Amino acid sequence: MYPAKFEYVRASSSAEAIRMIQDSEDAKFIAGGHSLLPLMKFRMATPSLLVDIGRLSELSYVREDGNEIAIGALTRHCDVERSELLRRSVPILAHVAGQVGDPQVRHRGTIGGSTAHGDGASDLPAALLALDATFVAEGPSGRRELPAREFFRGFLETALGEDELLTEIRVPKAITTWSFQKFNRRAQDWAIVGVAAVRSDTTKVALVNMGSSPLRATGTEAALGEGASAPEAALRAAEGIDPPSDLNASADFRRHLASVLVRRALEEMNI
Amino acid sequence: MPGSILGTSVRRVEDPALLRGDGTFIDNMHFEDLGHLVFVRSPLAHAKILSINTDLAAKAPGVLGVFCADDLNIPDHHAFFALNEAVKRPPLARGTVRFVGDAVVAIVASSKAAALDAAELVEIDYEELPPVISMEDALDPRLEPHTPSTDSNIAAGYRDPQGDSVLEDAEVVVRARIENQRIAVVPMEGNAILVVPPRGNDHYRATVYVSTQMPHAVAGLLGGIFSVEPSSIHVIAPHVGGAFGGKAGVTAEHSVVYAAALKLDRPVKWVETRSENLIAMPHGRGQIQYVELGLRRDGTFTGLRCRMIGDAGAYGGFGGGLVLGSTRSMSQGVYRIPRISYDGVAVFTNTTPMGAFRGAGRPEAAAFLERIIDIAADELDIDPIEIRRKNLLKDVSFPFTTVVGTVYDIGDYAKALDRLIELSSYEDLRKEQQERRQRNDRYQLGIGVSVYVEVTAGGGATEYSSVEVTPEGGAIIKVGTSGHGQGHATSFSMIVSELLGIPIEKIQFVQSDTAAVPRGGGTGGSRSLQIGGSAVRGATEAVLEKAKLLASNLLEAAEEDIVVAESGDGLSVAGVPSSTVTWAQLASEERKRGNLLEATFDFSQASATFPFGAHLSSVLVDLETGKVTPRSHIAVDDCGRVLNPMIVQGQQHGGIAQGVAQALWEQYVYDEFGNPLTSTLAEYAMPSAAELPSFNATNVETPTPLNALGAKGIGESGTIGSMPAVHNAVVDALSYLGVRHIEMPCTPQRVWEAIGKAERGESTIPWSDPPKAFEILPLRGQATESDAASVDV
Repeated sequence: MYPAKFEYVRASSSAEAIRMIQDSEDAKFIAGGHSLLPLMKFRMATPSLLVDIGRLSELSYVREDGNEIAIGALTRHCDVERSELLRRSVPILAHVAGQVGDPQVRHRGTIGGSTAHGDGASDLPAALLALDATFVAEGPSGRRELPAREFFRGFLETALGEDELLTEIRVPKAITTWSFQKFNRRAQDWAIVGVAAVRSDTTKVALVNMGSSPLRATGTEAALGEGASAPEAALRAAEGIDPPSDLNASADFRRHLASVLVRRALEEMNI
Repeated sequence: MPGSILGTSVRRVEDPALLRGDGTFIDNMHFEDLGHLVFVRSPLAHAKILSINTDLAAKAPGVLGVFCADDLNIPDHHAFFALNEAVKRPPLARGTVRFVGDAVVAIVASSKAAALDAAELVEIDYEELPPVISMEDALDPRLEPHTPSTDSNIAAGYRDPQGDSVLEDAEVVVRARIENQRIAVVPMEGNAILVVPPRGNDHYRATVYVSTQMPHAVAGLLGGIFSVEPSSIHVIAPHVGGAFGGKAGVTAEHSVVYAAALKLDRPVKWVETRSENLIAMPHGRGQIQYVELGLRRDGTFTGLRCRMIGDAGAYGGFGGGLVLGSTRSMSQGVYRIPRISYDGVAVFTNTTPMGAFRGAGRPEAAAFLERIIDIAADELDIDPIEIRRKNLLKDVSFPFTTVVGTVYDIGDYAKALDRLIELSSYEDLRKEQQERRQRNDRYQLGIGVSVYVEVTAGGGATEYSSVEVTPEGGAIIKVGTSGHGQGHATSFSMIVSELLGIPIEKIQFVQSDTAAVPRGGGTGGSRSLQIGGSAVRGATEAVLEKAKLLASNLLEAAEEDIVVAESGDGLSVAGVPSSTVTWAQLASEERKRGNLLEATFDFSQASATFPFGAHLSSVLVDLETGKVTPRSHIAVDDCGRVLNPMIVQGQQHGGIAQGVAQALWEQYVYDEFGNPLTSTLAEYAMPSAAELPSFNATNVETPTPLNALGAKGIGESGTIGSMPAVHNAVVDALSYLGVRHIEMPCTPQRVWEAIGKAERGESTIPWSDPPKAFEILPLRGQATESDAASVDV
């Protein structure tokens, strides 16, 4: 399939990108294009203007910043996967980036693109949700920081404004153990259900593809807080969650998978 | 002469061009005034077309032509064989659309993008009609027939008179309703065609570049559709990016492109997109099989009753007829089954038309038979290998006629099974299985076996070849098969090289062009080496004979003393190496006499060949998630004498991958309204190398007496043997829990549900009374025989 006609401009700085996005009513930023282009090819998205931020090397970095690691929004999955700093300080993120799609996807897709797309079936948003990451957005009215738990709002919907650019993702370093369980039929597939769990002072568990956006397994987290064992806490993985049914799994099977995978994650973390 | 080249793994001569990107694929071909064609397709499975407005599209930039059914007036036609003579497909829908993807409007523009933009501007008003999606619904006599030209949704069918009587003397009867799910072909390159109207003093009506398995058949079918001499259409198949049965015949799209090019008098090209390929290229398989096997308590088979439904899809796709053809003819498999009753019915549905896919009817046969045998083994608590051994055809003389009338050329089924057991350490696997069960391991081991026989070169067992020795001392092979990945250039050159001594790098290979090769059956049904290779061999022998006569004159020796020179370059007098005449000299001498040093040969094989084999697969099943991970797969396939082991192994590997894929991943799914739910490769779960284990593919060799090469087909065997082995392995892993059957593909959810059912003490074997429609089918032999029952692609 071919996309409908659109205008295309390439930004040379994030400030310029934010100016350019205001030129057209239904303009979209494009980075790796691995979420947006398929929608455009099916003509399910028909932006009039694409503002290409893919070459903003100023937004591709992983660096230490106090108790946090700051990751530029345009850092590609393969660079997140290979970052020595992340492998040392927040290994779950390097690991999860290595589970996204296939090598071609990981060499094009960016962590910011995946986050801004806000797909509940994507791996990285759930991992960032478990990590209580902070998202830095810049727009015409300045810069603001958004906590992960307020960021993902619904099906492909985030707290970002139309003219705001996600520039940085900040994750805390103080993680003691972690686990990522991705359940799919083929290596390159989205997870049917995935679990990202991290432990710092408390254990935080996020779920992939259990809803229209990445979700925290609040039932499990509460149970653990109340001193429940891992198997008991895992049984509450889908509490309050209404998972989707599709070709790969019914809602019931997803609930079952969520509890199995949460239990495996907690076991792996010796919880 | 050095040792024989036959039986050695000669590297494929056709690969360097492909690896360097020098392929000649249709989408890379360009002509100056080329028009690009795209289709506007139906988004509904069944609807009346109320109006079509193409005004805006016609005025869009770059548009050269916009065509509806009446603008091209192409006669309705079958794509390949007729399943039901009365029902043909209008290449562009006339008044009614009958599946999601049915072509309604064709747009030709100066670029593909312009054509696609114009397609967005076409407005079609539909009135939805109730669709028939499931095969069993189609047998409901109250539903409206697929087209006004039939009185039901039955396209063709028959029943056997014996019916239930074949189970009369059984002590035990096991029964199951088994689905052999619909799958998509998904070749790397989808359909593609470029039609060039006559230019200058071109004496053809058109030159057709088409991605096909059978260029001569394309000329024949187009000639038939447009009422012109097939020889007036020049058909060329350039590089073809895979076909697997999906590129046999002339589809609706092909005839539209042909008509549009002639109407516009300019070259027109259509290249399927991936999304289009998944809804437009004919699908394969798609059977519901009501199977009952009668046995004595000791496991001896006493009778088999089959009531089988084949999905033909819209307009009665010929693949729906396979249930009446090769699925029945292979229903006895490798076993002694004293009595078989087989009823078959092909039905119209509002889904993509069915065609052939790797195995075409035979995998469906092996699948049900091997599955019901394992169900019986579980029921009687007999080891699956033991029950097979007990019932294998042995001590029979070949040719052997089965109870359904199929004549097997030759077979040694126990030999394949013995070799398999030897290679697999079967007892060790069973021991590991026991250990895992005892320690209640999260991952249970399943071991699955299949023993199969299939049929190759079943239809069209004749083929043309010519071989010419050139004045440069090389050779030119022309042959009517049409290789598209099978390695014919290599294999066929090996045959010539073996007989003439000419090295394969000096042999030119010509195929797939109706102007260069006068006739040909193309490539399908695993026919090429045995039929085409035998034709090449015949032509080579004939040219050698001609050359020997010539050499005997030149060397002044008796013809019977002339042999191929030790050096391989020419002919010499036996025992007198100094008395030699080179191939270049021989060909030049013949040219001086006004002739080519060439011979042609039309090979004809008396009947089909029946490759066989045995596969063993092991899988690990995650009891908590239901996920199946294939662990190992061993194939022992007998394709007769092996000419090039590397090429044979390549075919086995691809075939096995496809069989594993159907057992575990692939299924084409529609919702109740006929919307395809698997129309991209994100949903349609084709596996990659990451999901597959390493294969151990080997052979035993039982040469067929039907051709001098001793060769049988190998293109489809891997698929036929592997699918039931993997399927059985999944169920075997869980049999100790009481699981007896899981439908393919064995997805995590299905496995999880089966475990749950078994834990609750419910049966996991689906069965219900087969639809009443079977009772009113005409008796076999009294029904009109459907051409599609003899399809072999």
